[in-house]
Amino acid sequence: MNILEIIIEQSPPLIIAIPLLGAFLTPLISRLSGKARNVFVGIVIALTGFLIALLASDVFANGPRTYVFGAKNLALPVVRILFEVDSLSVFMAIVTFILAFVSLVYSWSFMNKENDGLDKYYTLILLLFTSTLGMELTGDIFNFFVFLEISCISSCALIAFYTGRGESVEAAFKYIVISSIGALFVLFAIGLLYSQYNALNIATLAHVIQYTFLDKIVLMLFIAVLGMKAGLVPMHMWLPDAYGEAPSSVTIIIIGATQASLYGVLRICFTLYGGMFQNVTINSFVIGWIILVLAIITILIGVIMALIQTDFRRLIAYAAVAEIGYIFLGVGVGLAVLSNPGLMEVGKTAMQGGVFHIINDSLDIGLLFLVAGAIYYTTKESSLDKMGGLARNMKYTTIFFVIGLLAVSGMPPMNGFASKLLIYESIYQLNPILSIIAILCSILLLATFVKVLHSAFLGPKLPKFDDVKEVPRSMLLAMGIIAAIIIFFGLFPEFVLNNLVKPAVDALVSNASYISKVLGVI
Amino acid sequence: MSLSLFETLFGSLKTGNGFWNPIVWIIAIVIAFLIVYVIRGFGKKEYKKETEQVKSFLSGNKEYKKEQMHIKGSNVYWGFTESFKWLYNILRKMHTGNASDYVLWFVVIMGILFVLVAVI
Repeated sequence: MNILEIIIEQSPPLIIAIPLLGAFLTPLISRLSGKARNVFVGIVIALTGFLIALLASDVFANGPRTYVFGAKNLALPVVRILFEVDSLSVFMAIVTFILAFVSLVYSWSFMNKENDGLDKYYTLILLLFTSTLGMELTGDIFNFFVFLEISCISSCALIAFYTGRGESVEAAFKYIVISSIGALFVLFAIGLLYSQYNALNIATLAHVIQYTFLDKIVLMLFIAVLGMKAGLVPMHMWLPDAYGEAPSSVTIIIIGATQASLYGVLRICFTLYGGMFQNVTINSFVIGWIILVLAIITILIGVIMALIQTDFRRLIAYAAVAEIGYIFLGVGVGLAVLSNPGLMEVGKTAMQGGVFHIINDSLDIGLLFLVAGAIYYTTKESSLDKMGGLARNMKYTTIFFVIGLLAVSGMPPMNGFASKLLIYESIYQLNPILSIIAILCSILLLATFVKVLHSAFLGPKLPKFDDVKEVPRSMLLAMGIIAAIIIFFGLFPEFVLNNLVKPAVDALVSNASYISKVLGVI
Repeated sequence: MSLSLFETLFGSLKTGNGFWNPIVWIIAIVIAFLIVYVIRGFGKKEYKKETEQVKSFLSGNKEYKKEQMHIKGSNVYWGFTESFKWLYNILRKMHTGNASDYVLWFVVIMGILFVLVAVI
C-alpha cells in the first residue's frame, strides 16, 4: 500500500478531523497575527479540499468507502461509529468545499473592516464547515444528529456576528429556536428507530427496517424537520431572516449547511427507506406527491414573496426558498415514479435534475449573496430603494450579478437552465400543470432579478454614490471563482452530469450496494 | 482519447424527450446577433452625440433631479403587486416575524403529515 492509498483510506476521518482541529487552533494562531490566521484557515480548508478530491476520485472509481471508528468486532460492547462515503456524499462534500473556500477568499477583504471577533468568526466558519461535512459523510444516524446540532449552534453564532445590530441577534434567536425544536424531533425519531431495531447505522437500519406504523411516523418526522431546515414552505420563515441578516460571507456557507439538510432528506428517503419502492405497506407514490405539493408551494410563495422585497438580501433569500422548491420537485418526481418500472427513467432524470440543481442553486444563490455583500461593503446600503446607477462604478460586480441573475433564473446557457430543463421535462411526464407552474415561476424569478438590475445597477449615476469604488480583489476573486464554475457547468452540462451527478443519483437510487458494502464491513 | 474528451465536453445533454447543447445554442445566438448587426447597419446615420437628440423628452416638462428620475425598486412592477394585493395581504399576514408562529407552522405541517401517515 503506497502513501496515496493510505491517505485515501484515512481520508474520511481526516476530512472531519483537520478542520475541527483547525477550528480549535485558530484562536491561538490569531494571537500571532491576523494574516497568519487567514493563511492558516486557508491551508486548513485547502488541505481538506485536497482530501475530498482524493476521496472523490476513489469513490467514483471504486464505489462506496467505509471507515470504522472504534472496534470492528460487533460482539464487543463498545461505542463505534461508521462513516459511509458514496458518490452522493462526495458530491455534497465537493459543494460544501467550494462554498467554504469561496467564503474564505471573500472574507479576507469583506471582514477586514471588523476590528474584533475575527478569531471567533474563523473558528465558527471552520466548525460549520466540519459539521456540514460530518452530516454528509457519516453513516450513523445519531452521529448525523450530533453534526446537525454543531451546525445549528455554529450557524446561530455566525448569523449573530453583528451583535450590535438588533435584527441580526433576532434572526439568530429565531434560527436557534427553530433549529433546536427541529433537532429534538430528529432525536425523537432516532429514538423510535433505536427502540425498534437496536441499531443506529443507516445501512443496518435499511437492511432490517419493517416499515411499521412507527417507521412511517419517523419518516414524516425526518421529512418535516429536514424539510424545515432546508427551507420548505410554510416552514421557511427563518430562512429570509437568517440569510438576510448574516454577513454575506457567512450566508454562502450556511447555504452549504442548508443543502446538507436536504441531503439528509435524500439519504433518509432513498437509502434508509429505500425499500419502500418495493414495499406495499408504505406508498412511495403518496410520499412523492406530498413532497411535490410542498415543493410547488415553496416555488410559488418563494417567487411571489421575492418579487415584492425591497431589501436586496431578503429578496435573494426568498429566491433561495424558491430554488429549494425546484430541488424538491425533482426529488418528489423521483419518489413518486421510481416504484413504477415504466417510469423508472423519468424518475432517474428528475433525480438527476434535482441533484444537479443542488450544486447549481448553491453556486447561483451564493454568487448573488456575494454581490449583495459587495454592494453593502461599498455603499452600506441593502435597500433597493436607495440604490441606483452602481454599474457605472462597479463594473465587475455588475457583470457577476448579471451572470448570477441569468443562472438563478434558469436562462440558457447558464447552469441553472440545464438542471431545470431536466426537472421540467421529467415532471411534465408526471403532471404537465406542475411543469408549467415551475416554468412560469422561473420567468417570475427572472423578472424579480431584472428589477434588482434596474433599481441597483442601472439608471442615472446617483450623486451620493460618486465616491463608490469597485470592491477589493479578494472579493472579486471569490465572485469570479463562482462565476467561472457557473459558466463551466452551463457550457458543459453533459460533462458535469456524467462525472458528478449521475454517479451520485445512481448511488442514491440503488441502495442495495450501499447496504451490502457496509454490512460486509460489519 | 482526445475525441472522447471532446465528446464528453461538448456532448448534448439528453433530457429523455429532447436534448440541450449550449455550444450549438451559442453559435445560433452569435449568428442571430450578426444578422441584427447587419440590419442595424441599414439604419439612419444622422444621429449626433452631445446634442438635443440625447436629452430625455418629458412632454415639455422640466427634468427632475437624477435621484428623482430613477424608478425605485418598490415601484417596479407596481401594477402586478397592486392587482395581486389580495394575495400579498394573505402572505404578509403569514409572515409575522414571530418565532412562535414559525414553530406553529412547523407543528401544523407535521400534524398534516401525521394525518397522511394513516393514508399511506
